[in-house]
Amino acid sequence: MNLSILKSDKKNLNSFIATGSALIFIGFIDIISSSFFGTNITAFLPNKISYLTPLLFGLFGLYLIRIEFSGNKLLDKININFNSSNFNALLTLLVIFALIKYIPPLLNWFVFDANFAGNTKEDCTDGGACWVFVKVWLNRFVYGLYPDTEQWRINTAFLTLFLLVGASFFVPQKFKKYIIIFLLFVYPIIGLKLISGGDFGLKYVETGAWGGLSLTFIVSAFALILCFPIGTILALGRRSKLPAIRYTSIGFIELWRGVPLITVLFMSAVMFPMFLPDGTYVDKLIRVLIAITLFEAAYMAEVVRGGLQALPKGQYEAAKSLGMGYWKMHFLIILPQALKLVIPGIANTFLALVKDTPLIFVVGLLELAGMVNLAKTNPKWLGMAMEGYVFAGLVFWVICYVMSRYSQNLEKKLKTER
Amino acid sequence: MNFKNLKLNLSNKNKDLIPQILTVAFLILVVIYFTINAQSNMGNRGISFGFGFLSQESSFDITFSLIDYDGSHTYARAFLVGLLNTILVSAIGIFFATILGVTIGIARLSQNYLVAKSAEWYVEIFRNIPLILQIFFWYFAALRALPLTVDSINFYDISFLNVKGWYVPKFVWTNFSIFIYSIIFAFILIYFLAKYAQIQRDKYGKQIPTLYISILLIIGLPFLTFLIGGVSLSFEIPELTQLSKTVYVYRGGVSIIPELISLALALSMYTATFIAENVRAGILGVSKGQKEAAASIGLTKGQILKLVVMPQALRIIIPPTTNQYLNLTKNSSLAAAIAYPDIVLVFAGTALMQTGRAIEIISITMLTYLSLSLSISVFMNWYNKKMAIKEK
Repeated sequence: MNLSILKSDKKNLNSFIATGSALIFIGFIDIISSSFFGTNITAFLPNKISYLTPLLFGLFGLYLIRIEFSGNKLLDKININFNSSNFNALLTLLVIFALIKYIPPLLNWFVFDANFAGNTKEDCTDGGACWVFVKVWLNRFVYGLYPDTEQWRINTAFLTLFLLVGASFFVPQKFKKYIIIFLLFVYPIIGLKLISGGDFGLKYVETGAWGGLSLTFIVSAFALILCFPIGTILALGRRSKLPAIRYTSIGFIELWRGVPLITVLFMSAVMFPMFLPDGTYVDKLIRVLIAITLFEAAYMAEVVRGGLQALPKGQYEAAKSLGMGYWKMHFLIILPQALKLVIPGIANTFLALVKDTPLIFVVGLLELAGMVNLAKTNPKWLGMAMEGYVFAGLVFWVICYVMSRYSQNLEKKLKTER
Repeated sequence: MNFKNLKLNLSNKNKDLIPQILTVAFLILVVIYFTINAQSNMGNRGISFGFGFLSQESSFDITFSLIDYDGSHTYARAFLVGLLNTILVSAIGIFFATILGVTIGIARLSQNYLVAKSAEWYVEIFRNIPLILQIFFWYFAALRALPLTVDSINFYDISFLNVKGWYVPKFVWTNFSIFIYSIIFAFILIYFLAKYAQIQRDKYGKQIPTLYISILLIIGLPFLTFLIGGVSLSFEIPELTQLSKTVYVYRGGVSIIPELISLALALSMYTATFIAENVRAGILGVSKGQKEAAASIGLTKGQILKLVVMPQALRIIIPPTTNQYLNLTKNSSLAAAIAYPDIVLVFAGTALMQTGRAIEIISITMLTYLSLSLSISVFMNWYNKKMAIKEK
């Protein structure tokens, strides 16, 4: 009879809810007061117990309100999602308390105590983040060491790209393929020429000066466009019946997949020039692009191979029975279906590619992360590493998160079609 | 009729042969072209191809080494130091990534909304930031914010954390080999115990509490060596020593350099997100009917997990997870960015600068990674074949 007071049931539902909520409320008051106002309302207790009081109050409160099928919809929902057992109640409390304790200081650092106004490090007087650093260096973070007066060229190149990509969604089906062909084969050359200059009265800008976020985009876009056909051909080669071609493809794929990208970049920097005739100089950026393209092509090949394998045999047989040859069969029947199957895999490869671009710092090309590294060693801006990396991390995170979400949506959309 | 068939076959064969010959010829031409160029380039610079430099004196120092090393040792030994450092950081990374990944993968499936959401956000945040940025963040931003040597963070007076690294007690063993033998012996005993228990279960239906006996063995046997085997263990605790008025260092103990800490942290937190997704997919991949069937024949919740869900989930989890381990090992080469002396920094960096032997050194480095990857993928193929469900 004594113990049954502690066992909650439906008879005294309201009193249990009231007591339980009150106890949880006390627990919250305790943690909030100790983390925000520096006062410990349970200071009269011994040190260690006082530390745990919010947890104990909360646990006991949650225990009291754990009533199955109480009839109260809200209470049932809370019990199912947050409070199904003692262990779950403990986890819930720990997560909430951790959020209460750590979110406000983080927000303070990010926003409330942060400095936005000013132009020098000395303007950062509050304790929080010094976003002035990012503001001052933003131009460099986006364009690298590209001359200020020429930056319109990068802007124009990217703006045209976005317009073309946007246009390809809206124009009628008839013109769509021309736009795509133009985007894949003609535009890269125009864009590259526009940015590097040298002709048509444009000042030549050497690739060492390119950098920042724009370089990240340039490298990933080129590597993606180039690695896709190479990867597809390698995948077909790996599934070929001809032993010489099959083993060459396997060897090529496994070679690149077995080594880290950083050694490939080292190779392009120090070993590759040794293999060329004396006196030939291949631009740093081109070498890096070749290295990254071959590296990612090997991964792309494995993704495409997955799609080829997943296709039912009947598709091959049907195509052959129509009298199609190898290439016709693959381009008209097999690849369109196989590539559709592996869109998530392709997106993942592209994500990995974007995340790999910072590595080009090993050959001295500075994209966003590299520029942050450079900026934080500037004598006027020492001690700004945290702000720089958080900013770079945020930019990359937004890019990657949006892309992964987009690919998930695409996957869902295509799944229903089948 | 016969003749016609023969002709058809021949033409097919030709059709197959031509592209193959072209491929091989192209490969050979590329190799010859590169070799000629490389020879003339090396001739111009007055170096000849060869691996003799490996036995020369390296004359550079390495900040962190697991084996005895200084500038008077050979390049081959410097390579070994780098390789061991790579293996060390990979092993630490794999250990923590597994623990963290499994925890988060299970947490993502929790009924508790808050826990599941926190785990989901952990994955979304750490998966979508480039690993190199995470390494930079820990090394240049987070660990640089630690206190100076004088006011280190103190863990119960035995371990100290400061901006120079983490100082932990060093184990000082006597008769360490006996201790190791006892552990090996315990493992052998457990192996036979498991065999015996299986026979007993299959033949007579007897259950032997293998787990408890194993735990007893693995703790008890090494403990016995302390009592009667003459094994003893003492700790060398790092101590703060003053070098001059303002310079303090910790003497004694083991110092874990910040490069290693930040690299291991970043690698394990990044890889854990992928392992978490594998674990989640594996557990979700076991169909609900399996659990319901197990429950309907009266297995308890623990038994269902151990005997029905886990064996099937592991079959899905292990192959991609091994792939992640491999990725982690390859990613540990990013160490070069923060000057942790791994194989890339020591060998493809410093040694290359000193000797100028680009072709030999880059080839050795790539071959090392390649053989590592290939041996693991050969093992994985074997494992997959062994574990594949044998459908009737």
